[in-house]
Amino acid sequence: MSNQINFSKFFKIANIFSMLTILLSILFLLLKGLNFGVDFKGGTLLEIRVSDSNVKIEDIRNSLRGAELGDISVKEFGKKGDFLVKFERNSNANEKFISELKSSISEKIGQEVNFRRVESVGPKVSSELLKQGVTAIALSLAAMLFYIWIRFEWQFSLGSIIALFHDVIITLGIFSILSLEVNLSIVAAVLTIVGYSMNDTVVIYDRIRENLLKYSKISTKEIADISVNETLSRTVITSLTTLLALGSIFILGGEILKGFSFAMILGVIIGTYSSIFVASPVLGYFKVTQKTLLKDENV
Amino acid sequence: MLNFTKIKVSLIYLILLIAIFFSSLNFKNNNIIDKNVNLGLDLQGGSYILLEIDTAPLINQKLQSKVIPLKKLLNKNKIIFKNFFISKENISFSVSNDQHKKLKNIFFSKTKENTVNIFIPEYNTFELDLNFKENTVIVNFSNYGLVGLNNAALKQSIEIIRRRIDDVGTKEPTILQRGDKRILVELPGIDNPERVKELLGKTAQLTFRLVSNDDEFGSEKLVLADTNEDLTVNKRVVISGDNLVDAQPKFDGQSNQPIVTFTLDRLGSQKFGKTTTENIGRRLAIILDNTVISAPQIREAITAGTGTISGGFSFQEATDLALLLRSGALPTPINIVEERTVGPDLGKDSIDAGIFSLIIGFILVILFMFYKYKIFGLISNISLISNLILLIGILTLIEATLTLPGIAGIILTVGMAVDSNVLIYERIKEELKTEKSIIHAFDVGYNKAKITVIDANVTTLIAATILFIFGSGPVKGFAVTLGVGIITTLFSAYFIARHLTSIIVLKDREGKYFKL
Repeated sequence: MSNQINFSKFFKIANIFSMLTILLSILFLLLKGLNFGVDFKGGTLLEIRVSDSNVKIEDIRNSLRGAELGDISVKEFGKKGDFLVKFERNSNANEKFISELKSSISEKIGQEVNFRRVESVGPKVSSELLKQGVTAIALSLAAMLFYIWIRFEWQFSLGSIIALFHDVIITLGIFSILSLEVNLSIVAAVLTIVGYSMNDTVVIYDRIRENLLKYSKISTKEIADISVNETLSRTVITSLTTLLALGSIFILGGEILKGFSFAMILGVIIGTYSSIFVASPVLGYFKVTQKTLLKDENV
Repeated sequence: MLNFTKIKVSLIYLILLIAIFFSSLNFKNNNIIDKNVNLGLDLQGGSYILLEIDTAPLINQKLQSKVIPLKKLLNKNKIIFKNFFISKENISFSVSNDQHKKLKNIFFSKTKENTVNIFIPEYNTFELDLNFKENTVIVNFSNYGLVGLNNAALKQSIEIIRRRIDDVGTKEPTILQRGDKRILVELPGIDNPERVKELLGKTAQLTFRLVSNDDEFGSEKLVLADTNEDLTVNKRVVISGDNLVDAQPKFDGQSNQPIVTFTLDRLGSQKFGKTTTENIGRRLAIILDNTVISAPQIREAITAGTGTISGGFSFQEATDLALLLRSGALPTPINIVEERTVGPDLGKDSIDAGIFSLIIGFILVILFMFYKYKIFGLISNISLISNLILLIGILTLIEATLTLPGIAGIILTVGMAVDSNVLIYERIKEELKTEKSIIHAFDVGYNKAKITVIDANVTTLIAATILFIFGSGPVKGFAVTLGVGIITTLFSAYFIARHLTSIIVLKDREGKYFKL
């Protein structure tokens, strides 16, 4: 094999790097927290379009003054004349609230505004949605743990879960550092990342298992190295095609899918990295050898 | 792995043909088989509204209605009670200790004379509970009593909401129970969600009551909507919305103002006739949800059982009021706890952007695969196209709802679907290094890669299943396309791509094409 890359040489430094990144992510998640959208925090989101492109963020902000909406954020959203407005108040108490707000903004800006999207979530529902999201992610991790434990040995199962935690924590950490909004679609993205990263890990684990049975005199570390190399072109090609598809959504799929596809792109990159540099060396740390596999078959 | 029987081959292509047929249903109107992929609210525009009933006022109201029968029951059985008090959740009074047992016996009697505490056979329990604290007796609803009350109120609310929405004339609305207190309303392609929201949120409790002259006993102060004037209104209800059989918006013949005319049932007509006969000259307040709409003077006795409500309405307001009165009052107040509305123009933009990015993503992947694997890239691409057709075919067959994240799921499937073929080709490449026979290398390659391909796809399937269970709305659409996409991917990689590969392998024994 001509183009062998000596991955195991980088295992140690990569693991230190991973640990530092995880630590940094946890620090950010604990101290800064996540920027939850209305799905999880409650409140109202409006996507507004005005036909006059001279309308500025300030004009929108001014038009909302005095409406007792709580904390307001206004930003441009995609095209000129499109704005995304978020505030704390929700429409629960008053059914007329949205229509009154619409006419008030239209009047103050001096032209008819188009409410392209309205999302208003009450505090009870938002806390339920958050709970559901966390449960879904936890459950998917547990299901993966169980599946790998059935298909492989417990060391593999633990190794893959460590890699998954690595991916989820760092992805969320980056969302915290960049103050990107976390909403329902980000939870969907995280779950897909879990599935994707697991997919990558399984391919490498499958090969490690095969090679462990094939060669009895080589150390687990070297076996990991050989296996990663053997599956490397597949790992790279699949990541590339997936990134091509995701890049297409990120650039062309519209504003609503931006956060989702960005999370996925991050996840695919981190997931690919973790399959090689986290999941594989972990087997060595757990002292998985040919004996581990054979012992089980005799039982 | 390279041998395909004729039956197998025909079956594979039959499935593909069926998929092509179902996929094509989406592109033309077809009356024979009416199946197509539904567009989610985020793509076609519309409103998703989650409502929650608030049973607290209903509990209080029901408790109030127990007061008179309870006092009667106590008096009839010569139980002496003091300190009778009613709070929001319970009724309390004191009875001397030696009468507690007697009270228990009559209170939990299953006979028909017991009109206070009704026995619920389904739960084998009573509606109300008794608690003793020294000599104080506390009456409150039992757990099952509350459940019964809640369920009845929820059922009735759903019925009334359905009537209101049908009356507005929205196309294909979805009205579903969610949990034990919530109602989900989905209104696709709605023009004016604000109006519907106002109609849904109104309790629409209509009462006709006499205006009192002074602060006499049993009256309360209410606000007159037009003038903000305070009116003292008798608490006794002459007729209520329950007595209405019809209500229609009309223009008043003289003033040309929009009004609402109503027709009363027999009992209502009698009561209305009696009251108007006896109270000529007094004002009659028409009250909707604790606000007085108008309080006209009774000029003559109205015995025909019809009448009009005027209150300076616009025609739209008169139409809505008539609609609310026709559909009846909600048993409890209803709150909107979650609302998501997408305008039709944003939906259209989302479809365009979604489809465009799908096509571009698809082309990029196809070009890449062709560049990387040449003729096998071509096979992989054919299987990718088949995959897409199968995916759309299945989505049509199960009439799935396509959402914006759902389109993202399809694109993601395109990106990930080639993985199975890549895994197999890379495996074959490895086998070719040690194996001389091309046919054998392919055979071994497919076999060895099989386990990995299945393991790898099961993990994504697990993620998709959990998303489907926990996700709502658009996210659910993503889970569906991702999950179905995995199944079609396995089919197209292991049947279509493998069959095409086998044709080439069997024809070309020298291995001209195998510079993978």
